Amino acid sequence: MLLSLEPRGQQSRAMLWLSPLLAAVLTLLCGSLLFLLLGLSPGLTLHTLLIAPISDWYGVSELLVKALPILLCALGLAVAYQARIWNIGAEGQLLLGALAGSAVAVNVIDWESRWALVWVLAAGTFAGAAWGGLTAWLRTQFNANEILTSIMLNYIALNLLLYFVHGPLKDPEGYNFPQSAMFGDMARLPLLSDDGRLHSGIYFALLALVVIWVLLQKSFLGFQIKVLGLDRRAAGFVGFREKSLVWFALLVSGALAGLAGVSEVAGPIGQLVPQVSPGYGYAAITVAFLGRLNPLGIVFASLLMALLYIGGESAQLSLNLPQAITQLFQGMMLFFLLACDVLILYRPRMKAVWKKRLVGKAAVA
Amino acid sequence: MSSSPPVPRLQLQGITKRYPGCLANDRIDLSIEPGEIHALLGENGAGKSTLMKIIYGVTQPDSGSIVWHGEPLKMRDPAMARQLGIGMVFQHFSLFETLTVAENIALAMGSEAGTPKQLEPRIREVSQRYGMPLEPQRLVHSLSIGERQRVEIVRCLMQDIKLLILDEPTSVLTPQEADELFATLRRLAAEGCSILFISHKLGEVRALCQSATVLRGGRVSGHCVPADCSDLELAKLMVGDAEGLESSYPKVSGGRVRLRVDDLNWHNIDPFGTSLTSLRLEVRSGEIVGIAGVAGNGQDELLALLSGEVRLPRGERERISLDDHPIANLYPDARRSRGLAFVPAERLGHGAVPDMSLSDNALLTAFQQGLLSKGLIKRAKVLAFAEEIIQRFAVKTPNAQAPARSLSGGNLQKFILGREIMQQPKLLVAAHPTWGVDVGAAAAIHRALIALRDAGAAILVISEDLDELFQISDRIGALSGGTLSPLAATASTTPADVGRWMAGQFAPQAPHLCTGSSASSAATLS
Amino acid sequence: MDLDLLSNILFAMARTGTPLLLVALGELICEKSGVLNLGQEGMMLFGAVVGFIVAFSTGSLWLGVLLAIAAGMLLSLLFAAVALGFNANQVATGLALTIFGVGLSSFIGAAWVGKPLAGFEPLAIPLLSEIPLIGRMLFAQDALIYLSFALFVLVAWVLLKSRIGLIIQAVGENPDAASAMGLPVLRVRTLAVMFGGAMAGLAGGYLSLAYTPMWAENMTAGRGWIALALVVFASWRVFRVLLGAYLFGLASIIHLVAQGVGLSVPSNLLAMLPYVATIVVLVLLSRDAIKTRLFAPVSLGKPWQPGH
Repeated sequence: MLLSLEPRGQQSRAMLWLSPLLAAVLTLLCGSLLFLLLGLSPGLTLHTLLIAPISDWYGVSELLVKALPILLCALGLAVAYQARIWNIGAEGQLLLGALAGSAVAVNVIDWESRWALVWVLAAGTFAGAAWGGLTAWLRTQFNANEILTSIMLNYIALNLLLYFVHGPLKDPEGYNFPQSAMFGDMARLPLLSDDGRLHSGIYFALLALVVIWVLLQKSFLGFQIKVLGLDRRAAGFVGFREKSLVWFALLVSGALAGLAGVSEVAGPIGQLVPQVSPGYGYAAITVAFLGRLNPLGIVFASLLMALLYIGGESAQLSLNLPQAITQLFQGMMLFFLLACDVLILYRPRMKAVWKKRLVGKAAVA
Repeated sequence: MSSSPPVPRLQLQGITKRYPGCLANDRIDLSIEPGEIHALLGENGAGKSTLMKIIYGVTQPDSGSIVWHGEPLKMRDPAMARQLGIGMVFQHFSLFETLTVAENIALAMGSEAGTPKQLEPRIREVSQRYGMPLEPQRLVHSLSIGERQRVEIVRCLMQDIKLLILDEPTSVLTPQEADELFATLRRLAAEGCSILFISHKLGEVRALCQSATVLRGGRVSGHCVPADCSDLELAKLMVGDAEGLESSYPKVSGGRVRLRVDDLNWHNIDPFGTSLTSLRLEVRSGEIVGIAGVAGNGQDELLALLSGEVRLPRGERERISLDDHPIANLYPDARRSRGLAFVPAERLGHGAVPDMSLSDNALLTAFQQGLLSKGLIKRAKVLAFAEEIIQRFAVKTPNAQAPARSLSGGNLQKFILGREIMQQPKLLVAAHPTWGVDVGAAAAIHRALIALRDAGAAILVISEDLDELFQISDRIGALSGGTLSPLAATASTTPADVGRWMAGQFAPQAPHLCTGSSASSAATLS
Repeated sequence: MDLDLLSNILFAMARTGTPLLLVALGELICEKSGVLNLGQEGMMLFGAVVGFIVAFSTGSLWLGVLLAIAAGMLLSLLFAAVALGFNANQVATGLALTIFGVGLSSFIGAAWVGKPLAGFEPLAIPLLSEIPLIGRMLFAQDALIYLSFALFVLVAWVLLKSRIGLIIQAVGENPDAASAMGLPVLRVRTLAVMFGGAMAGLAGGYLSLAYTPMWAENMTAGRGWIALALVVFASWRVFRVLLGAYLFGLASIIHLVAQGVGLSVPSNLLAMLPYVATIVVLVLLSRDAIKTRLFAPVSLGKPWQPGH
């Protein structure tokens, strides 16, 4: 006897939201099993990974610091994914935002006005949007698959960043380390409090959250994006402009990722370094799906993902676990989510599976 | 030998099949003799498809038995059916377009039959013998619809065939092509092959079949000899008391020209598509113009050009005009704001987004009807609009939040048509408005179209269903190979005329058509 | 350019082209059957790390290769279960597989980074390897490259000549019709996905056991993604996959060529070349939307369940 699936005929609204929770629980179970295999106590390890890091105010502020870039990227991805435009390029858009922002910042180190920050942020956001726009251009003009082009642009952006940080943007007084000069104070995002690294970039995240929420839930533009994603032919039939919508989604996506990138260098880091992003742009993909492409869901998912990041760091320090545990959990969670999503449209039944398959196989659609 | 009565080739006894929520087949009995051409008649949803899937082993019945040459047996799967000598020609062909004719046939016959190369001589021989010439090395996507059907039939004939099942085979053929098919089928029957011919067209059943079984609502509503029955008797068996089924509506002639298509040429860059050449067409207010044609003769292209999914460059914008405004370069929303409404051929995935609610689907085309304010959606108004459609057009659905996917074909079509009519269009273009819709919904849709016509709208209906076009349209024409036949008053046109147009013969054939009163109908050419 | 340099370039081209060729052949079969598996990068990495650890621990390179293949297949089964069994979106599932594979390989490989291993050595075939120009490229390679030649012939034969090839193509074009004909659509697709996994695992093993015998995080450097682009470039035709793989191989050793002619360009900029080349190729090949549609398997990436 095995589990078999029976179509529900209609989406289960409950499962739509239960599925991410179920996926998180299954990931924890699987993780515990893994820790057991490694000879670690699951309870202790999970505590180190998920609870200890946020047991004080500093931990919580670190959580928010990490959640910020992930949230910004994921909000942008949600817009693209709602249109079924598979932008995998948030990482590259983020890196380019950081790079462009830094390029401006090192030239305005001695400015005494806040305009420095404005220019830095604008440059980063604009560069991210441009990098996303490149994907849009390749897609609308040449019909090139956006998954592949955006991935390739990630690698190109990374190599560009490495080139600049090793070359033109390298701090001449930095003992030949691959990093830029520290930004001037006027080009840095102000800290919100003296303890911790939480900075005013959080306001951008909140603003983006509201704007994207209105866009996707309330506006006709958001409706057009969703129609395009669900049914391209219907969108063409009623005259929604596919190309403009693709451009819009990728520009928004890119701008938010670029903003995330520049907020990192102008925020907690303060200079351009090769490791600007520990894969925030990729983590945002998981977050966008986990949050059901819904802005509010994405807030929770990005907090969870940020927790995994700081948990991974502390697990490395105190338990000597590879930091890749973060990505491992990310991948597991996305996998479990997709697997659990089957329950949205299907109902599990205990049944001899092969029998149904045999009948089903022969059926004509 | 002569003492025992002949054993029927196939007997079905008490076949019952239940699906969640419906009894598709209810104690069905059927018997076919060797060499008999037997019709299975019934409306959409009468249970014909289920029954033939059971015979062909695609689905298993819940109860009842299948008796083959006097032996009861359990039809496990299509492979077993084929082994017994049962062949099936599906309505939607099960061919692979990127493979050659021979490869398609080899795939279906199993590895024992040989490689595609080895099969080629036999394919040639069989197709010649039955008057259906085929070139085995051609790729299927380069074949016409009629030729594809031949591949399906030849595929069945390659084996030792005892029973051939054809599902609505003439729905994709011109009347002339259908006649050729009938000749082939008669030849086969004369050789002893039994044929089960599934249809809902009374005329062809009478022309071809020796006996008929009629289904209604999953049950056998009668057995008869078609030649001895009148259309009315057969129709009654099929649909019960034909309440509200008007065979024809009063014909009218229209007022001022609403839609004008003037020398429309369009080159299709898709090698599988059709290009349109010098199309001319006028639709007047208060009339329904019907355009017939076999699928793939330019209908999709014309529809896309009319809806605005495909647009002409600005310089050619006068090729299509609505109320004397050139619109050929405009996007669909701009055309809609000038009074165009449109019911596309495919309900799900074109006319409606399957996974969106009815209320969102109402917004889909009606967003210019005051449902927006400053770029935001007025949810309450949209909902009220959707509910009004549901109520006025008797759409059966739990509520306006149900996804479009969950509605039956007929109900969704009523919703889509309702959505368009509620926008009070000056011109409605409807493609295959009743395709795959049950009788009751079809009648409701026809009445709604007539009412819209009588309210003064211009209506263009493009359909493959000739009966439907004769029923509702005031003028009629046909598309063939991307060109449009002359349009003539339906009242003075016969299905045979339209059949010739569908085959591309636009010149009047019989001299009597050009004389006397018929000449006036020829003069209505646009 | 002298003959020796050219011969060296061809030799290196085959070496860099081989991992791309292996992955792309696997993905070709997979896509022909109608399944788009974007998880190639993850499967490759997992194959690479498993192959390396096994070879390092047991001292047997071939056991390493075998388990690299098994590792790729194992991950592909995960994909098959979720995307085919549970009908999940293939794009998302493939992305999940890549994220998972990257994480998993980094996690289990953390202790093995930078350890030295004596990998596969070239086996020059006497006489044949001395043919000018192409001798070294074809006959002075390591065992895995010879294996890739054999696998290419096998895949070409299956797709072009065999009944299995017809079945794969039929399932990828019209699963409903194939199913009505009695072909086991889901089984064919699962096997195709597994073959893709095996090839990706092998390609990973080639990287960590022969190409650069060591393990480093993300050592595939996007080759799995480039291979996906290659299949598009090849318009799903097997001979073009071979051509494309070697051309891309050439693009990634362009620094050798540059050094050969005495050019000096920063290495980070040169490293961008394969990725830029991929985009350029995608642009050139996809521009004609209709042509792309003609060659792509009709049901590519569309979920399918029996009886729907």
